[in-house]
Amino acid sequence: MPKITYKDNQDNSKTIEVENGLTVMEGAIQNDIPGIDADCGGSMACATCHVYVEEKWLDKLPKAEEAEVDMIDMAYEPKKNSRLSCQLIISDELDGLVVTTPEKQS
Amino acid sequence: MKKKDVVIIGAGPVGLFAIHQLGIKGLKAVVIDNLDKAGGQCIELYPDKPIYDIPAVPECTGEELTKNLLEQIKPFNTEFFYNERVDEVKQDKDNWIVKTNKNNEFTAPNIIIAGGVGSFEPRKLSVKDAEKYEGKSLFYSVKNKDEFKNKNISIFGGGDSALDWTLELSKFSKITLIHRRSDFRGAPHTLSEIQKLENEGKISIKTPCQLDSINGDKNIESISIKFDDGKIEKIKTDTILSFFGLIMKLGPITEWGLNMNKKTIDVNSENFETNKKGIFAAGDICSYPGKLKLILSGFHEVALASVECFKRARPNEKYRFEFTTSSKNIQNRLGKK
Repeated sequence: MPKITYKDNQDNSKTIEVENGLTVMEGAIQNDIPGIDADCGGSMACATCHVYVEEKWLDKLPKAEEAEVDMIDMAYEPKKNSRLSCQLIISDELDGLVVTTPEKQS
Repeated sequence: MKKKDVVIIGAGPVGLFAIHQLGIKGLKAVVIDNLDKAGGQCIELYPDKPIYDIPAVPECTGEELTKNLLEQIKPFNTEFFYNERVDEVKQDKDNWIVKTNKNNEFTAPNIIIAGGVGSFEPRKLSVKDAEKYEGKSLFYSVKNKDEFKNKNISIFGGGDSALDWTLELSKFSKITLIHRRSDFRGAPHTLSEIQKLENEGKISIKTPCQLDSINGDKNIESISIKFDDGKIEKIKTDTILSFFGLIMKLGPITEWGLNMNKKTIDVNSENFETNKKGIFAAGDICSYPGKLKLILSGFHEVALASVECFKRARPNEKYRFEFTTSSKNIQNRLGKK
């Protein structure tokens, strides 16, 4: 199973194995990773699963669709490497992915 | 203090269907919601997105679902209290006293919490001093546009609210529109109007940049914005309008002594009562083994909760299960002859 590393803004990190097909958000929720709220449950409607993706992974991810980019406008302190973790579907290609949660989600 | 059979917190689809299930049993409910209209997440988060899993409705939008539910509960003439949040819940023997942030008070033997993920509140700016100016010269909505005349206004956001208010307020104030990227999200007509105003020098647009600091003492004097390349620019500003959408906050619900698990309230799956007798939770906010956050699950949950509500509201009457197709009582309550 692909390993995903979740870091918080204090640099504490936790690496877990997440099943292919789940999203980075679901991996966090199912493993009690703090810092990802996912209030809307993954319907791309709230921006509380916002993460910063480690730069080198950015190009390996499918590009964000317009609705996701629009939603990221609403996120807390968005940056160039901001993504909504509910839109990142885990596959073998993403083994080793590192994401950082923002200081807060709202 | 108003006396009711049930106080429903939340006017989303589940809260609305609760009115129906209570109404056909002859119970009077009142509904309180922090938004300015019914529909909850359906209206606020995805009014135009189709929903495909409402039984017997192959496809409908959040807005249509809300409209149909409102139609379905019309016969019960229920009172709605919008733009109000329940702040306090207190026990008074077999009743609950519910108090809102606008000092409305209700008493009822039952409360149904159908609060979704909490009440919607504007997403606030996080820079230093933002709180200090809030409500004085920093606003998250426009209540009375006359208060925004002859000002230097900086508007933040890239969506409909930011664009619409830029157009409207530019008629009588100097507007700077600030967004973190160069693309705006709005109707084509709105976008071309904005472009026109900028070309004519009537408004100023700053992208891609974000708010860095608010400068001033008692009043806001200027703001500093930071561009993606690190450059900082100071803009003369006396009023800030920020439109970064809404977030959901659980708020005071956590203080009512209910057993909670993260952001959800524990209930039993027999009648969806919480650990407090007479307080029920249904829809996205409740949790029990096997819970699914589906609208249809919420409908089932309030149907069962309404039976227990009846027993508590009418302790001297016997509850009789009836079908809408055959019950004269129900048909009378629905205004069908």
